[in-house]
Amino acid sequence: MIQAPKTTDSREDFEPFIQIKDNYNFWYGSTQVLFDLNLDIPEKQVTAFIGPSGCGKSTLLRSINRMNDLIEGIQHTGDITIGDQSIYDPSLEVISLRKRIGMVFQKYNPFPKSIYENIVFSLRIAGRNKKSELDEVVERSLRGAALWDEVKDRLHESALSMSGGQMQRLCIARAIANNPEVILMDEPCSALDPIATGKVEELIHELKKDYTIVIVTHNMQQAARVSDRTAFFYLGKLIEYDVTDNIFMKPKNDQTEAYVSGRFG
Amino acid sequence: MPKSQHSFTSIRPKGEALVWFTGMGLSVGILLIIGLLGIILKNGLSMFWPDTIYEVQLVEGSTAGPRNGQNFAGAIALERHKRLQEATNAGLTSEFQFFAGNKDAYGQMYHYVDADQIVTDATGEPLFTPASGILQLERIEFGDALGFPLEIQLADGTTITEPEALKAALFKTIEESNERLETYTKIEKKQIGRINSKMESIRLEQRALREELGEAAAETSPQIQELNEQQAALQAQYTELAAEARELRERRHQDSLLLRLATGEERRISFENITQAHFPNEMSLPGKVGFFLKQIWRFMSEAPREANTEGGIFPAIFGTFVMTLLMSLAVMPFGVVAAIYLREYATQGVIVRAVRISVNNLAGVPSIVYGVFGLGFFVYVLGGSIDELFFSHKLPTATFGTGGVLWASLTLALMTVPVVIVATEEALSAVPRGMREAALACGASKWQAIQRIVLPASAPGILTGLILAMARGAGEVAPLMLVGVVKLAPSLPLDGEFPFVHLDRKFMHLGFHIYDLAFQSPDSDAAKPMVFATTLLLIVLVIVLNLSAITIRNHLRKKYKGDTF
Repeated sequence: MIQAPKTTDSREDFEPFIQIKDNYNFWYGSTQVLFDLNLDIPEKQVTAFIGPSGCGKSTLLRSINRMNDLIEGIQHTGDITIGDQSIYDPSLEVISLRKRIGMVFQKYNPFPKSIYENIVFSLRIAGRNKKSELDEVVERSLRGAALWDEVKDRLHESALSMSGGQMQRLCIARAIANNPEVILMDEPCSALDPIATGKVEELIHELKKDYTIVIVTHNMQQAARVSDRTAFFYLGKLIEYDVTDNIFMKPKNDQTEAYVSGRFG
Repeated sequence: MPKSQHSFTSIRPKGEALVWFTGMGLSVGILLIIGLLGIILKNGLSMFWPDTIYEVQLVEGSTAGPRNGQNFAGAIALERHKRLQEATNAGLTSEFQFFAGNKDAYGQMYHYVDADQIVTDATGEPLFTPASGILQLERIEFGDALGFPLEIQLADGTTITEPEALKAALFKTIEESNERLETYTKIEKKQIGRINSKMESIRLEQRALREELGEAAAETSPQIQELNEQQAALQAQYTELAAEARELRERRHQDSLLLRLATGEERRISFENITQAHFPNEMSLPGKVGFFLKQIWRFMSEAPREANTEGGIFPAIFGTFVMTLLMSLAVMPFGVVAAIYLREYATQGVIVRAVRISVNNLAGVPSIVYGVFGLGFFVYVLGGSIDELFFSHKLPTATFGTGGVLWASLTLALMTVPVVIVATEEALSAVPRGMREAALACGASKWQAIQRIVLPASAPGILTGLILAMARGAGEVAPLMLVGVVKLAPSLPLDGEFPFVHLDRKFMHLGFHIYDLAFQSPDSDAAKPMVFATTLLLIVLVIVLNLSAITIRNHLRKKYKGDTF
C-alpha cells in the first residue's frame, strides 16, 4: 500500500476548512449521541474519524451534509461551518449545500441506470443537459476515480453489471462529478475485498490533491495508511484529535492508545 | 457411535403431516382451476366445431320429434342418464338432446328424446345414420336451418336444380349476397348516417335561430333560407342513396333457396337471410378445422344477432377492452400519486395509519356500492352538470348525464384504486434506503429523488398493482349495470365518426354479456354454448391484458436487477 506523505507537525497551524464548533451536540429524539464537539478539519487533506461502533463518528459525518435531516426528531446545538459558512444558515438551501459536498456510502449504491447516467445525475437534476458538457464531466470523473480505462467502452451499460469494487469507484466518480469542495466517505471499503480496497485507498490518496476528504473507518490500518489527521471518538465524545502519526505512535490519551493498539473496540 | 446413530434416527420428522396438508391444499386448488378451465374450454370450443348431423328415426307412435313426427335430422348436443319419475323395470334410461335447427318450422331448435323412443340397430343401440348431403345454413333470423337443398331461384329467373351446379351456385350466391349486404350497410350506416348527423345539426341551428329571432321573423331571415336550402340538398342526396340501398336489398331478397327438411316439408329461404352455408357430413378433417377456426374468428369479429343468442360478440370484447384501458389510465396516476404522498411526504402518525386502514378496507366494499356511487355522483351530478354547461342544446336528451363508458371506467377506477395504492406503497418502501440517500447526497430535492430514482426502481411493483387492478376491473359486472353497460349497444365507443372517441356512449361488456346470455336470454338452450364461449373469451382477454403488463414488468425488472441491495 502506498504510504501518504504525512504532515508530522501537530501544531494547529493550518487554516481550518470545516469547523465543528460551539460545542456541537446532537440528539436522536431524546438520546444524545454527540457531546460538546469542537473540531477543525484542514483543506485538501484526509481526515479520518475512528472509534468503536456507536461512538457517533458516522452521525458526525452525516451531519456535515445534513443527511441526518431525513430522520425525524433530531436536534442539535452548536454549529458546523464549511469555508466560514454555517451549514445551518437559514438562507442556505440544503440542496445547494449537498451540491458542494460529495458523499460515498458504506455499501456501494449506484442508481439502476447506465454508468453514464449515474455520473451525470447530479448535473441533470441541476438542469444541465448539454451533451458536450456531460461527456466531459463523465470522462473527468471516471478518470478521477481511476475507472475510465475499465469502462470507457461500456458507458451505456447498466451500472449494476460492474464488480463491487468498480461500483464503489463509480460512486466516487459520481460524488466528484459536481466538483464538490468536500468528499465525505462513510466506511467506503467495508464491503470490498482487499484488492478493491487497495484501489480505493490509492484513489483517496490521489483525490486529496483536489478535495478535502473526511473518512469514517473501522479499519485502523486504513486510517493510518490514508489519513493525514485522525480523530478518535468514544461514546459520542472526541477523545483525541491529532496528526495521524501521533495518534498511532504516541497517543496522549490512554483510551486512544488502548483502541489503536487493539485492546478494545 | 451406535448410540449417537440411534439418537439421530430417532428424531421423527414431526411436521410431515402438515406438509402433506399444505400439498393437499395446493392440489385441490389446482384441480379446481384445471376443472373449471377444462369445462369452459370444452363447452366453449365445441360451439365452433361442425357437428355431424344424423338422421333419427323414432319408434312407431312416438311424438318426441319436431312436429310430432317420426323422422328428423339433428346433431347430438347432449346425452345423459335420466331418472324416470315413474318406476319402470329399468329405472334408468338415457335421454338425448338434439339440435334440429329450423326454429321457424319447428318452433324450437333443441329437442329432448328418450333413448327408448329411438329405433335401435341389431345390438340394441340407438340407430344414427349420418344424413348424407344435408346442408346447414347459418341465418340472420331463426338460427340455423338444416335440410337438403332442392333448387336455387335467382332474381333474373334462372332456376338451378342439378346437385353439383346447385352446390357451386349456393356458395357463389351467398358470397354475392354478402357483398351486397356490405355495400348497402356502408351506404346506410356511413353515408346516410353522415347526412343524418348533418341534418340534425341543421335542425338544431334552425331551432336556435327561431328562438333567437322569433318564429315569424325567422321564416324570412336569409340564414334560415340558406339552412332550408342545405336541408333540401341533403334530402335529395338521402333519397338517392336510399333508393340505391333499397335496390340492393330487393335483389338479395329475391334470390332464394328451396330446402327440403328432414321432416318432409319444403321451405323457401331468401338469401338475404343466409350468412353462411356448409355441408357438415361431407367435410374432411382439415376442412372441419378450417371451419372451426373461421367460426372462432367470426365469433370474435361479428356483432350479435337474435337477442345476442346468435352471431359474434365483437362489441362486447371491444367495450371490455376500451373500458379496462380507460380504467387503467385513470387509476394509475391517481393511485400512484396518492401512494407517493402517503409513503413519502405524509408525517407517519395516527392519521396516516387511519387513512391507510381505510384505503385497505375500501378494497372490501361490495362493488355494487361503487356502482350506486358512480350512478349518483358521476352520472347524475358530474354528467348532469356537464350536460347543462356544454350540451344544453340537446336537453332533455342526456349526453353525459346517463351511463357511459367514461363513467363506467371512472367507477371501476375508484373501485380498484386501493389495490394500486397498497401495491405502490409496498413498492416504494422496498426501494433501498441507500438509493434515496445517494440521490439526495447528489443534491437532488426530495421530489427529484422520487421522480428520477425511486419511482423507476419501484415501477415493477407498481405494475403488479395495476395487473391486479385490471384483472379485477375487467371481470367486474355488478357496478357496470348501473353506469353504462347495455345488452346491445348500437355503436362502439371508438369509431371513425368525429370526434372518434365517444366517452358518453353506452357499451357492451363480456361479463355482462355472460349474465345476459345465461339469465336474460329468450332461448336458453341456444344461449348455453354462447355463455361458455364468451366466458372463454373474457378469460383470454384478461390473460392477454395481464400478460402484456407482466411483459412490461419483467422488462423493467431486468433493467433494474442487480445485487447491490
